[in-house]
Amino acid sequence: MKPIYLDNNATTRVDPAVVEAMLPFFTEHFGNASSIHAFGSEVGKALKKARSQVQALLGAEHDSEIIFTSCGTESDSTAILSALKAQPDRNTVITTNVEHPAILTLCEWLEKEGYIVHKLKVDKKGRIDMDEYKSLLNDRVAVVSAMWANNETGTIFPVVEMAELAAAKGIMFHTDAVQAVGKVPIDLKNTKIDMLSLSGHKLHAPKGIGVLYLRRGCRFRPLLRGGHQERGRRAGTENSASIVALGMACELAQQKMEFENTEVRRLRDKLEKGILSQVTHAFVTGDPSNRLPNTANIAFEYIEGEAILLLLNKVGIACSSGSACTSGSLEPSHVMRAMGIPYTAAHGTIRFSLSVYNTEEEIDRVIKEVPPIVAQLRKLSPYWTDKGPAANPEAAFAPTYA
Amino acid sequence: MWEYSDKVREHFFNPRNSGPLEEANGIGDVGSIQCGDALRLMLKVEPETEIILDAHFQTFGCGSAIASSSALTEMVKGMTLDQALEVSNQNIADYLDGLPPEKMHCSVMGREALQAAIANYRGEEWSDDHEEGALICKCFAIDAVMIEDVVKANNLNTVEEVTFYTKAGGGCAACHEGIEEILAKVMAERAGPGEVSPPPACPATPEAPKPPTKKLSIVEKIAKIQEVLESVRPMLQRDHGDVELADVQGKKIYVHLKGACSGCMMEAATLGGIQQKMIETLGELVQVLPSSHMPVEA
Repeated sequence: MKPIYLDNNATTRVDPAVVEAMLPFFTEHFGNASSIHAFGSEVGKALKKARSQVQALLGAEHDSEIIFTSCGTESDSTAILSALKAQPDRNTVITTNVEHPAILTLCEWLEKEGYIVHKLKVDKKGRIDMDEYKSLLNDRVAVVSAMWANNETGTIFPVVEMAELAAAKGIMFHTDAVQAVGKVPIDLKNTKIDMLSLSGHKLHAPKGIGVLYLRRGCRFRPLLRGGHQERGRRAGTENSASIVALGMACELAQQKMEFENTEVRRLRDKLEKGILSQVTHAFVTGDPSNRLPNTANIAFEYIEGEAILLLLNKVGIACSSGSACTSGSLEPSHVMRAMGIPYTAAHGTIRFSLSVYNTEEEIDRVIKEVPPIVAQLRKLSPYWTDKGPAANPEAAFAPTYA
Repeated sequence: MWEYSDKVREHFFNPRNSGPLEEANGIGDVGSIQCGDALRLMLKVEPETEIILDAHFQTFGCGSAIASSSALTEMVKGMTLDQALEVSNQNIADYLDGLPPEKMHCSVMGREALQAAIANYRGEEWSDDHEEGALICKCFAIDAVMIEDVVKANNLNTVEEVTFYTKAGGGCAACHEGIEEILAKVMAERAGPGEVSPPPACPATPEAPKPPTKKLSIVEKIAKIQEVLESVRPMLQRDHGDVELADVQGKKIYVHLKGACSGCMMEAATLGGIQQKMIETLGELVQVLPSSHMPVEA
């Protein structure tokens, strides 16, 4: 049976039209855009076109605000380190405690280096407290970095409003929009967002290409110094084939934005309802009323995520989990813990993330396959009896903890 | 994803002896829900012979936790309680043709459940003496708690010493930053407030041996050499290895590395560590060499 891919927040398939657009840049158009001869100038023109395609999807005012990087992580690191380097009198970073590791791990390191990092807490639905946020904005803050949409739950942060509040206090604002770009409309020229990170492979472009949007006039210090590429803001020979691919992917994402927010959303909702109507003791995490159209994160209580994934994989269904075991760490997903999801549920969270390629038949099959897998694992669980969860699960099974 | 052995996959997809065991007379509940694993082991023990007639499990956990539980129930059936107490977590992992380093704690949980269930049958109190920390060295599955304990107990100062005592950091070396952080933390505690000094990035050069108060006789010297070897043997045996003295020729001490130690990628580090201890104990510069380096007798 054909495998079903529902892990599009992890990475996506490169669209065939994107592959077709990029292939000539490995062969006949292999030139270095910096060269003066014809081999180079053709590539230069292609990069210019790609830059304008990205600009259009982001609603940026100028194409020179688009800086090509190697990935979302590089864009994130560049943005935050630049804000700190360019403003040596400011030593504080504000972020949230549900960010991607690309931000959180960097911030942990910055703390070791002596910087101050404030991580905004979230409520049970993964929403930040705007009053807490406002209270932290002061002239020691170099940059605020908040994700546009959460990779695990799809929950959307009010980044446009947050950026305005920061701008009013003269503070730079960065958003990691890796999950949002291509899934929700973005119009940067009408916002106060100074920097934005995106990653090609989340929107059907290849891996190894990202973008940092840098508002004109925003003070900047490069991460990589060297050649004059990207106007000296990101040295290193351009990854021309992937840049062309990303440009194409952005154009396609623009065309499919409507479909993503109607048809993909409908399939996601159908999947969610179909599973929850059959499986008890399961719930949607995050804020269902304000999230990406493609993401459903469901916590299955009393069972563990990796075991669910292995059984799903056996029937050809690919998704991911917030359990500790799938990451090799001791703690379940920091996003689930930040929302106060109990351990017995946090370990059993499964993320289904759709793309425009998923079909009705696929969703129907997943709705059919998931309930028996949950039932099979619950049979093995010490928190579960024939009739449902043990009367008082925490008391019925209270192991000696290591 | 993990590289699970076929045996792990087989036990996960077709777990043996799962579900409650009505006639159980020894039950062990252990685990760590933070790590996403918890296990109830149920034993049916024949009182006269103390033979385990049946064993069942219920597990909240990942693929390898379920597979380890299933394997454990198969292994202990038919054993006496005393035999069952001899089952180590390594035995469980071996039964499954190995577990990924990140997953070794699943086998540890199995062994603890077994001890807890036997204690429960015997009416004893079982307490867990094992604390688990974040995994630092993935090559040898060594966690932060273990490294910190060893650093404290042995007054270690360098990554190289940590590698000798725990193996952590002896493989791909990606965890050296993590080990340095633990060293810095412990050394800061040791130094007390206000005297924080970073750990030396390079291994410290061994201190010049103190001149011996009196010259050791050859018998005294060999006794001391044996003493040093005895002190490192438990550590090597834990990893299925061993060492014994082959010969002493002047300043050269030849040893046989046995079991898992022979041909191990860590051989040089093991010998280096033993040599360091020899130098400290004997108070003179000596060289510790594998027996394969012994000069062939004429």
